[in-house]
Parts: sequence; structure tokens; C-alpha cells
Amino acid sequence: MSISQHFPVFVILLPLISAVLIPILSRAKKIYGWYISSAATFFSFMISVSLLRTVLDKGEISYWLGNWEPPWGIEYVVDYLSGFVLVVISFIIFVITLYSRNSVDKEIPEDKVVPFYSIYMLFVAGLLGMIVTGDIFNLYVFIEISSLAGYALIAVGRKRDALIASYNYLILGTIAATFILLGIGYLYMMTGTLNMADLRERLPALYNTTVIRTAFAFFSVGLSLKIALFPLHIWLPNAYTHAPSVIAALQAATATKVGVYAMIRIMFTVFKPHFILEVVPVARLFLVLSAVAIIAGSLLAFGQKDIRRVLAYSSIGQIGYIVMGIALANRLSIIGSLIHILNHALMKGGLFLVVGAVVYKTGITDIDGFKGLGKKMPFSMAAFTICALSMVGIPLTAGFVSKWYLALGALQAGKWIMVPVILISSLLTAIYFWRIIDNIYFEGHEVEGKIDDAPPGMLVPTFALAFCCILFGIVASIPVNITGLAAEMLVGG
Amino acid sequence: MIEFILAKYNYWIYITLMMIGFYAMIAKPNLIKKIIGMNIFQTAVFLFYISIAKVKGGTAPIEWEKAVQYDNPLPHVLILTAIVVSVSTTAVALALIIKIYKAYGTIEEDKILEMNK
Repeated sequence: MSISQHFPVFVILLPLISAVLIPILSRAKKIYGWYISSAATFFSFMISVSLLRTVLDKGEISYWLGNWEPPWGIEYVVDYLSGFVLVVISFIIFVITLYSRNSVDKEIPEDKVVPFYSIYMLFVAGLLGMIVTGDIFNLYVFIEISSLAGYALIAVGRKRDALIASYNYLILGTIAATFILLGIGYLYMMTGTLNMADLRERLPALYNTTVIRTAFAFFSVGLSLKIALFPLHIWLPNAYTHAPSVIAALQAATATKVGVYAMIRIMFTVFKPHFILEVVPVARLFLVLSAVAIIAGSLLAFGQKDIRRVLAYSSIGQIGYIVMGIALANRLSIIGSLIHILNHALMKGGLFLVVGAVVYKTGITDIDGFKGLGKKMPFSMAAFTICALSMVGIPLTAGFVSKWYLALGALQAGKWIMVPVILISSLLTAIYFWRIIDNIYFEGHEVEGKIDDAPPGMLVPTFALAFCCILFGIVASIPVNITGLAAEMLVGG
Repeated sequence: MIEFILAKYNYWIYITLMMIGFYAMIAKPNLIKKIIGMNIFQTAVFLFYISIAKVKGGTAPIEWEKAVQYDNPLPHVLILTAIVVSVSTTAVALALIIKIYKAYGTIEEDKILEMNK
């Protein structure tokens, strides 16, 4: 009986326990909240890496909570898919937590810092729980834990608009979660089980019943709302714009990604690819929606003046890419989707962190206000440029790899029409980022007064993400190999 | 037709309640009324879960020598969890409404949207 046997549950327990410890221990000094959060997220990340290594060496890990045998007990599963997503998400969370110290000092009222970190840890626990769980009702509970914490975190934004943004997100998020709950109820009613692997065995015999199809419809709508798939995206731009910078980065980089992961689990683990491709061809519907999301997201990003809004609308387009890979449902496209989960988390996380640094130093969020910042904050702006290039998908950056695999997947599925969609959207992305980069480097010095670059506590995490954008563009084989194994597991060779 | 409706009356009740709640969440401009709608919406789903737990001729799932069959206790347990979630959501929502009222002086959505312009 070694401690490493319990690693799957430790990933969630660490942030969950810290959420309780922070208010108790931080009485002495406020900064302890940050120390504890950083330590907890660091160990969660290390454990995730160790879990992924075990999975790569020995295959799937199944952890029985309370030693109750599945399908009766709750099972936690770490396989190629959840191992990969777990490492990606816990890494991004760790980096953003490191970064948060200065930004939180600046943007969060002093008396709210301690509860802020406590709720932050609950949010993290919910996200990581969604990834490792192999039980569909447990998935619902974790979705709600992370969402509820997310509403509260968005509401601490500086302006009063943050309250309305959070309230609207709460209403839509609750509709989404209740739909998912109803879908789970329908599945349970027909099969009598809640374990995902067990459902996979029992469902094919029931594929032709209306109840199972209705259940799938509820899952589709609920999850699409959670990941802000166009046209169900209306909660997202306001939530990202008015949330504190750290939370905007965290939400953009992790929350929607984990939602997409849940969608992959429902579509390919609980149901089989055969169901979404042939029995009820929803894949076709999702393909159309994703194409619309990719184009519409990029077009909407165009007309925005606030940089956070540009990034939020571009997120909606990027979610479209990931969903496109899922809807094509072949090995290459799933690889593209999964790598895009990694890449988009890195790029969008990095971009939001730079915006956070600019807010920290100047309080500016207008694109026009970025004029001349290239000279004042050279390092932050360099990171911004790298991430922006990766968003466009320039070769040798990570963004190129995922778009390449998505295009290959589209060709393999015979949906060549998606290739021009990817190209047009890349072009649009290039144009709207060019507007910003032009302001940064080539416009006059409009920023008055002495502004130096962000403190190292903010620069180092930002650069870690920007560096990964290039690293995974050059050494693409590491994520491609792991996601290749995951894709084979999901849709077969 | 009537037999069809009567035989599955539990589903009709839950769907009707759910739609009432859903309507209130979307159409009511008052933020508190939206939350009332949300509670009806969620409770309807709970009723659905509880109704599928019933086994014909079953008693409460407590060991008893006269019992022939027991109801399925699992949905009850699931719904206990879902009720906790629902209560927390309501609490967060009401806390937000208090903050909104302090910041805007109103809880009517149309007025708030006007003030945000």
C-alpha cells in the first residue's frame, strides 16, 4: 500500500483542503493564501505529471473511491485522455497562480484577498475533479463546484458591470447544469448505472430509444452552453471583460477547456463515435456550428475596442476549432482538437496574463491605449507578440501544429470545405492581432509618464507560457504522441 | 390519449413545472423572480428523479420484515446532493442580487441595462 496509489484523489484533495486551510492560516498574514495556493497547485501539477507517466508506462489507472468496486462505487479514471488534459490544465493553473500575487494585490480589495484564494482553490478542485472522474453524476457535482466558484470569482471584478456579468453567467450556467442533470437522469432511468465505462457497455442496445436520444440532446445543449459554443456564447464576453485579470486568464485558459473535455467524454466514452456519426448524426450539426463559431468569433473580435473583448471573442472562435475536431471524429482531427486544448490554453492564458500586466502598470484596457507600449514594456509585449503569432498559426509556433492536424482530419473525413474556413479565420485572426501589434510597436508614444515593465513575478509566468507556445511548435512530437494514443483510444486506429 | 396522459402523470407534472420555471428565468425582468423561476426549474428535475425511484409495491428503503420490495434509494441520494447544489446556487445568486441592488439601486434588468449603456 503505497501513497502513489492514491494519487488520482490527491490531485483534487490538495486544492480542496487548501480551500479550507487558507481562511484559517491566513489570519496571521494575508500572503499565506498565495503561498498555500501556489504550493497546492504545484503539487497537483507534479502528481498529474507522475500520473501521466504511470499511464504511459503501465496503462489506465482506475481508482476506487472508498474501495467500493465500480460500477457501485465512484471510480476515478486516469487514461491517456484524462492524463494529458490533467497535466495541461494543472500546469496552466499553477502558472497563473504564481502570477496572481501582484495582480491580486492590485485588483482585489484587501479584505477580500483571503476569501478570494479560498474560492479560487474550490474552482481549481472542481476543474481537476471534472477531469479525473469516471462517474457521470460525480461529473455533474464537479461541474457545479467549479461553476459556483467561478460566478463568485467573476463578481469580484472592479466595476459594477462584473456583478451583472456574473449574474447572467449564473442563470445560463444553471440552465446548462440542470440540463446535464436531466440527461444523467434519463441515462440512469434506462440503464440503472452511473459509471461511464458501464454506461458504454449498456447503451448501444438502447441507441434507438427516444429517451436515450433525448438524454443526448440535453447533454449537447448543456455542454455547448458551458463551453460557449456559438450561438450559446452570450455570457462569455462580459464575464471575461469584467472579471479580475487573473480570473479572466484562468477562465479563458482552463474552464472552457475542461468543458470541452467533458463533451469529449460524453460523446466518445459514454456514447460511441458510431452514435454521433450514424445513429443520430449530430456530428454534422456540430460541424456546421463550429464553422459558424470560427468565422463569427473572428469577425466579432474585429469590431471590439477593449482588448479583453477582442480576446474573449477570439476564444469563441477557438472553441469552434476544438469542437470541429470533435465533430469530424477521426484520429487526426481528435489529435488536432486535443493539441488545440493545450495550445489555446497556453496562448490565451499568455495573452490574458500580458493584459493583466498592462492593467497592473497602467490600468489601460483600450486597444488605442496600447500605443507605444512596445518601448515601455518590451518584455511583456514580446510575450504578447509570440502568443499572438501562435494564435494566427505561424509555422514554428504551437498554433500551427493544431491547425495542421485539424486540416488533415478535415481532408480525411472528406470535409474539405473546412480547410478554407480554417484559412479564412487565420487570416482574420492575423488582421485583428495586427491592429494591436501595430499600436504596440509602430504608433507614436501616447503613453505619458514613466512606465517600466511588469515585476518579475508577473513576467516569468507569462514567459513560461509564451516559451511553451514556441517549444510545442518545434518539438510537436511530444503532445502529438500522447494525444495520438488518446485519439486511438477514443475513435480507434 | 387520456390514458396516455394519466399513466405517465409524473412526467407531465415535472415537464409543466420545469417549463414554468424556465419561462420565468428567461422572461422575467426582475432578478429575484428569475431566481424563483430557477428554483422551480431545478425542483422539477428533482421531482423527476424521485418519481423514477418508485418501485410498484415498494416501501421506503429501510429493512423491514413485511416488505416485499423496496424503492430504489439511489436517486434519493443523488437528489440530496443536487438539493445542496441548488441551495448554494440560490445563495450565491441572492448574494449577487444584494450587491447589484447596492451598486445600481434597482433589481429590474431593463433599468440596469439602461444604466450600463
